[in-house]
Amino acid sequence: MSKLMNSIQAVNDFVVKFANVNGSGSASANELFARSILRMGVPVSPRNIFPSNIQGLPTWYEVRVNETGYQGRRGGVDLMVAMNPQTWDNDLKEIEVGGYLFYDSSKAQPKSRFREDINVIGMPLTEICNTTYSDPRQRQLFKNIIYVGALSALLDIDPAEIEKLFSEQYKGKEALLQSNVKALRLGRDYALQNLSCPLGIRIQRSNNVGNKIFIDGNSAAALGAVYGGASVCAWYPITPSSSLAETFIKYCQKLRVDPATAKNKFAIIQGEDELASIGIAIGAGWNGARSFTATSGPGISLMQEFIGLAHFAEIPVVLIDVQRGGPSTGMPTRTQQSDVTACAYASHGDTKHVLLFPEDPTECFEFTAQAFDLAERLQTPVFVMTDLDIGMNTRLCEPFEWDDTREYDRGKVMSFDDLESGTDFGRYHDVDGDGVSFRTYPGTHPTRGAYFTRGTTKDRYARYSEAGADYVDNMQRLLRKFETAKTLVPKPLLYPAEKPARFGAIFYGSTSPSMVEALHVLAERGIHVNALRVRAFPFQEEINDFVASHPWVFVIEQNRDAQLKNMLVAEAKLNPSRLLSILHYDGTPITARFIVEQISQHAAARTVVPLKRVS
Amino acid sequence: MTYLAKPKLHHPTLAKNAVGYTRRDYEGKISTLCAGCGHDSISAAIVQACWELDIEPHRVAKLSGIGCSSKTPDYFLGNSHGFNSVHGRMPSVLTGANLANRELLYMGVSGDGDSASIGIGQFVHAIRRGVNMVYIVENNGVYGLTKGQFSATADKGSKSKRGIANMDEPLDLIGLSMLLGATYVGRSFSGDKRQLVPLIKGAIEHRGAAFIDVISPCVAFNNHAGSTKSYEYVRQHNEAVNRLDFVESREEITADYAAGEVVDVAQHDGSLIRLRKLAADYDPTDRIKVMNYLQTAAAAGEVVTGLLYIDPKAEDLHHHLNTVDAPLNQLGTRDLCPGAVALERINASLR
Repeated sequence: MSKLMNSIQAVNDFVVKFANVNGSGSASANELFARSILRMGVPVSPRNIFPSNIQGLPTWYEVRVNETGYQGRRGGVDLMVAMNPQTWDNDLKEIEVGGYLFYDSSKAQPKSRFREDINVIGMPLTEICNTTYSDPRQRQLFKNIIYVGALSALLDIDPAEIEKLFSEQYKGKEALLQSNVKALRLGRDYALQNLSCPLGIRIQRSNNVGNKIFIDGNSAAALGAVYGGASVCAWYPITPSSSLAETFIKYCQKLRVDPATAKNKFAIIQGEDELASIGIAIGAGWNGARSFTATSGPGISLMQEFIGLAHFAEIPVVLIDVQRGGPSTGMPTRTQQSDVTACAYASHGDTKHVLLFPEDPTECFEFTAQAFDLAERLQTPVFVMTDLDIGMNTRLCEPFEWDDTREYDRGKVMSFDDLESGTDFGRYHDVDGDGVSFRTYPGTHPTRGAYFTRGTTKDRYARYSEAGADYVDNMQRLLRKFETAKTLVPKPLLYPAEKPARFGAIFYGSTSPSMVEALHVLAERGIHVNALRVRAFPFQEEINDFVASHPWVFVIEQNRDAQLKNMLVAEAKLNPSRLLSILHYDGTPITARFIVEQISQHAAARTVVPLKRVS
Repeated sequence: MTYLAKPKLHHPTLAKNAVGYTRRDYEGKISTLCAGCGHDSISAAIVQACWELDIEPHRVAKLSGIGCSSKTPDYFLGNSHGFNSVHGRMPSVLTGANLANRELLYMGVSGDGDSASIGIGQFVHAIRRGVNMVYIVENNGVYGLTKGQFSATADKGSKSKRGIANMDEPLDLIGLSMLLGATYVGRSFSGDKRQLVPLIKGAIEHRGAAFIDVISPCVAFNNHAGSTKSYEYVRQHNEAVNRLDFVESREEITADYAAGEVVDVAQHDGSLIRLRKLAADYDPTDRIKVMNYLQTAAAAGEVVTGLLYIDPKAEDLHHHLNTVDAPLNQLGTRDLCPGAVALERINASLR
């Protein structure tokens, strides 16, 4: 290896990217690599960049190591582990000047295929595997572990941490454990003997992980659904939400089986499509069970008619939309925040729906659990708007918390005793003035409380009516109910600048980690920005107050059409000339670099330079 | 006036059933369908069946899609919760409702447009899953509410009121439900209450997906010469394979039958379905033979009616899902929430 004069030198702050072939078993090896760094007390944020494919197409795994704990995608690569000849040229281009390339040198490559401004580290991985293993499957799988072993030497990762992870993973499977440890040591020993270790970038044991947990948003939302009391789930497989329902099944089997009878306190149906899935969830919600579906953009499109029914007939149901790149099939394995308006105004006619925007797995857990309370309190569909970046990537985040004194809010439901005592029951009668009426579960009382649920217009007593006055009365009540929702959904969170700030910034969802980092970087450059993270729709007054106190407010989104900004203008009546959109929508997660660059440009253009007299 | 309430006054001499209700207690609002509509006869048959079976009206949930047939749940069982959902999607809503509370009786009422045209997918999958329900299709081969378009069950060659012949193959819901594993399959005619009422009673008692196809002529748009769903046509081509005399377990069987005329089918709960044979060799528990018989009869232009198939050992969706005995909608925070200690263990496993 030739040593460059300007090699990147960094401790606990760099990006490693693995370029692999899909289906080659690299995913678990790469995750092992990320976890071993976490075990050394250094925060990491890995991201899977994968194709819509099972075997053969390129896939990448990008690990950002950052002692400060920045979790957003940084952009750029310091060490490329180039294991895929198909993508070699582009992978090499991504490496920062002075960065490192690690590759399989079993087959000689012409010099022209390399770059001169990077460090090149070759290791004959295939050759080592072919001499060590005879089984082709083992040759492939252990190649991944061998490179992890080599990387442990190159980056100064304590191999004991990796071996400990193995022993946790292969508990009771001694043969597997031994063969993995052997492969790991093989790679590590080769690197120590033949390569100059460590590189300029390396890991140093630290203590910045604390009691944080490492989990993906889909799993966190699934657990939130268990804790939120969901007992019926209907879903249809779609990337990137499938693992949410599958993890819900897994958690239910673990946490919701009655020990006395071995029977399930849950019912999960894989529907024949998204229409059936939302239909089943609505039927269950109507009948008093907490129910949800998990889907992505195309599923939301298919569910439109049913969403309108649940809105108009006022049936609680939770939808978790793990957003991906749209429109149409779009970019099924890439991330976006582009279903915001489609969900906010889903279905024909005048509709508005409650949306929640979690920023990370911790909030996926909290908001999903809360969504069931909101849905029953408001008797309406509630959308949890996550995306692929949060949903399918493992993130270091705050541990989940639960207060055992918390009781589910089942909303306004009339019991047998209420009905028996003669309380007047009008299914769509706003007795409390908050727009929310009482409902009854089917089967409650022999002669009172039954009503006919329908998507057609009705009067306050649920009787079919085509009278304009009844229709307007009902539509006005639904608006009052939406006002009530404002008081119940999570409030926006303020991220105040340390110094007086002329600029404000509004952001939401998965933009959060990159935004937080960008705010710090900008502050270091003297650009002070107050930021507000919107966590729900309908929007609250805090947003108006925030915008009113800044001449300019950036609205950062991961879609092309500034969907949230347009909703802010329409719903919160904000002055559009003061809102400056910053939009990132190529399907990759937004980076702090991008936000910093965009805000810096806007700031420069809006900095008033005093006129100078020209002599 | 967009709905019609019925007077609630009951004559004191009206007979009461074992749970203390008169037949009037099972009625709903006054129908707004056309005079003579077959659907109203089916509503009356449902009322009769529930009254005779001593089912408390509020223990029934009635669900429908969109169309003339889907309006009918408003016209029977006024003390039951009803759900008029979206076009063709009643089966999924019913499935979800059933999952939430397994203790109620779920009655899905749909039409041929609602189930065979727009809703064929949901029809198929609800039957496949074995949802415990009574699924009635009020089949007239035509869209009534939108004034006379063909539906997917219209027979090939059948003529519309304007004289246009349908050239598409009809969708055979009975044959389809057999293929899909329905465990109770019957066909009847809205004009034959004597056959229909016991058929509905058997379906109510059956645990599993019970499907009844009821030919129900549309007096406004499909009751003319040339139609295969007219009163006259169905009466001429009706071939009943059996007469169903539902017999409850408690009752003694007193009727006299000639030897070889009767088949008794024991149900889960010990009750019997007693069938009087009209076709000599017809065995409604032999699925393959039934399918063969139906196809042969259909080719001969017969409309086979009666209890066509029953699997007395059927199990339902809750059985397949191994759900707890208590209705899911009655589980509270303690039952559903694993609590803080379990959560801390999960946190620990994620470090």
